[in-house]
Amino acid sequence: MVSQQVKILIVVASLALLAYIVPHSGSFVVLLATRTMAFAILAMSVDILLGFTGLSSMGQAAYFGVGAYLTAVLATKFHFGMGWDFWLVVVLGMLLGAALAALFGLFAIRAGGVYFLMITLALGQCVWGLAYRWNSLTGGDNGINLSGRPNFGLDLGNDVTFFYLVLAFFAASMLTMYVLVRSPFGRSLAGIRERELRMQILGYNTWLHKYLAFIIAGGFGGLAGVLWAHTNGHVSPETVVLTTSVDSLLMVVLGGAGTLVGATIGTAIVFGLREYLSTLVPWWQYALGGVYVLTILYLPMGLMGVPRRIRQWLGSHGGKEGSKKLATKPS
Amino acid sequence: MNTQFWVVQAFNGVSYGALLFLVGSGLSLIFGVMRIVNLSHGSYFLLGGYVALSVINATGSWALSLPAAALAIAALGIAMERLFLRSEGFEYLRNATIALGLAILFTLAFQSWQPHIVGSRSEFAVVAAIAAVLFYGLLSRISVVPIETDVLRQVLLTVGFAFLFQQAALDIWGGNNMDINPPAVLTQSIVVGGIYLPLYRVFMIATAIAIGVVLWLAMEKTRMGAAVRATVDDAQMARGVGIDTNRISMFIFALGAFLASLGGVIGGAFLGIYPGLDFEMLPLAFAVVIIGGMGSLGGAAIGALAVGLADNFGKALFPEVSYFTLYAPMVLILAVKPTGLFGRE
Repeated sequence: MVSQQVKILIVVASLALLAYIVPHSGSFVVLLATRTMAFAILAMSVDILLGFTGLSSMGQAAYFGVGAYLTAVLATKFHFGMGWDFWLVVVLGMLLGAALAALFGLFAIRAGGVYFLMITLALGQCVWGLAYRWNSLTGGDNGINLSGRPNFGLDLGNDVTFFYLVLAFFAASMLTMYVLVRSPFGRSLAGIRERELRMQILGYNTWLHKYLAFIIAGGFGGLAGVLWAHTNGHVSPETVVLTTSVDSLLMVVLGGAGTLVGATIGTAIVFGLREYLSTLVPWWQYALGGVYVLTILYLPMGLMGVPRRIRQWLGSHGGKEGSKKLATKPS
Repeated sequence: MNTQFWVVQAFNGVSYGALLFLVGSGLSLIFGVMRIVNLSHGSYFLLGGYVALSVINATGSWALSLPAAALAIAALGIAMERLFLRSEGFEYLRNATIALGLAILFTLAFQSWQPHIVGSRSEFAVVAAIAAVLFYGLLSRISVVPIETDVLRQVLLTVGFAFLFQQAALDIWGGNNMDINPPAVLTQSIVVGGIYLPLYRVFMIATAIAIGVVLWLAMEKTRMGAAVRATVDDAQMARGVGIDTNRISMFIFALGAFLASLGGVIGGAFLGIYPGLDFEMLPLAFAVVIIGGMGSLGGAAIGALAVGLADNFGKALFPEVSYFTLYAPMVLILAVKPTGLFGRE
């Protein structure tokens, strides 16, 4: 197994490589990378719940949506957040996401398993319903068009500049979540995921732990929404729709639940399929559906678990010698 | 806001509820028996409507399209359930299906990359066949993740199928909004106490009641129904006393698909049939299931009525928050009683 330091180095190096390569490729790649990064923050927040706490939320798009709508409404109705106050919107978006999660968590955390899934689905639909119908605030089905990106000395209207900003937010979010899941708090979340009853017996307030994880995930969802609004320049009920939540879940499962890098890789693959493949061939959605089915049936630990699966497979099929060789190999 | 407004809205709400009952009751039974959250249930509704359109185009008979579409989609449901959700004993067929799908995708990709190699249909078939054999060989060597106990994987699997169905429907029937035209007899109105009521909506209510009564009788009075109820209450115990829960789950899944697609044919006359309708109906069906209680037929009836009325009055009285007023009670019910109003523990 690769040691933790090496893994961190690989991630940092890939991000640096991305920061170098993407601006030198076409404008399409810049936009695709920006969208992926912004959405990956949402996917990682889903992973905090699914991979590290064991809660499968079907309504994560709600926090994403309020972040995005907050940005769009403030920008178009109050001309707020188009200069230095953009940073204030970022903070507000996170706070709103977290506050909404704090409210929703009161209902959702009580339930477990499939009921948690259903109740978060219903909560997500509540937010979608408001976005879809509350015409005077959200513009209804048409949504809201933003008139441009903020400019505070740094002109975010430039796609490359904006890419760097989103990359910075993505890296900061990943670092924060990484520190969080490796902290004692994150460890007790993993304990709840593995065996909640045991954690209760050990004296942990598991409800509070799950509630806090839910709020933190909501906050990051809000942040992702703020960035998403400016990436797209358009916010519509599509942002909050059920399939957005489901997509984010698939991305996590595809990459490998319980690994933040996996959530990012999953996001990149789904976005790559949807945005790049759709420009090439008309049957791209079959590929997306196929990825869903294959992931579910053949990837128990996601793509991040593939190396381990191959090792196991070689180990069981290649006899003892093969497995010994692999075990000593610093792969 | 006179009496007429209330009567007409209530009537519309009840008839919409009748439609929702067809979609929701199957979903509820599927959840009760199999503990599967089936997100492709909306697709059955949509596909039912599309198949009916094709049948009407081919034969001109609306009456024939009802059973034809419902049976076709029920068969699709059985295939999905047997091959993917409960695939014990059907591993070879499942692997073959996936291998074939992958091979076609692969060949399509190869075709757009190297169009001069895979030009004609026969070349396409040859390449696809070779790829299918190779994929089959590969797949039969990889073990499948057991999804019977994993709720999330089941949900995502059914979403994957919903996406596949969506694209297939788009490819086969196109992206236009189409209408199913019922026979002229049903398009008239009847006058009751000075209020015009469309006969078609009366027909919807009558159909839902008839189906509800038949289902209720089957559930309460037959041996099969008793076995289904036993499986809902405790599947493990039911297996223990010799009930073939495997066969029951297949039967219920087919029934759910049958009812949903029937709903699609009937609902298609006033909703229209268009891409995206699948994911519009799905959350409503879930609202029915959750409010009524999972696995309970009577609950589904009451849930459907409640959702139908709430949706209609919500849209008429406070349009801006109408969906919110639909889903917020759903949250409250779930928070207080996770199994729904009439669900059993």
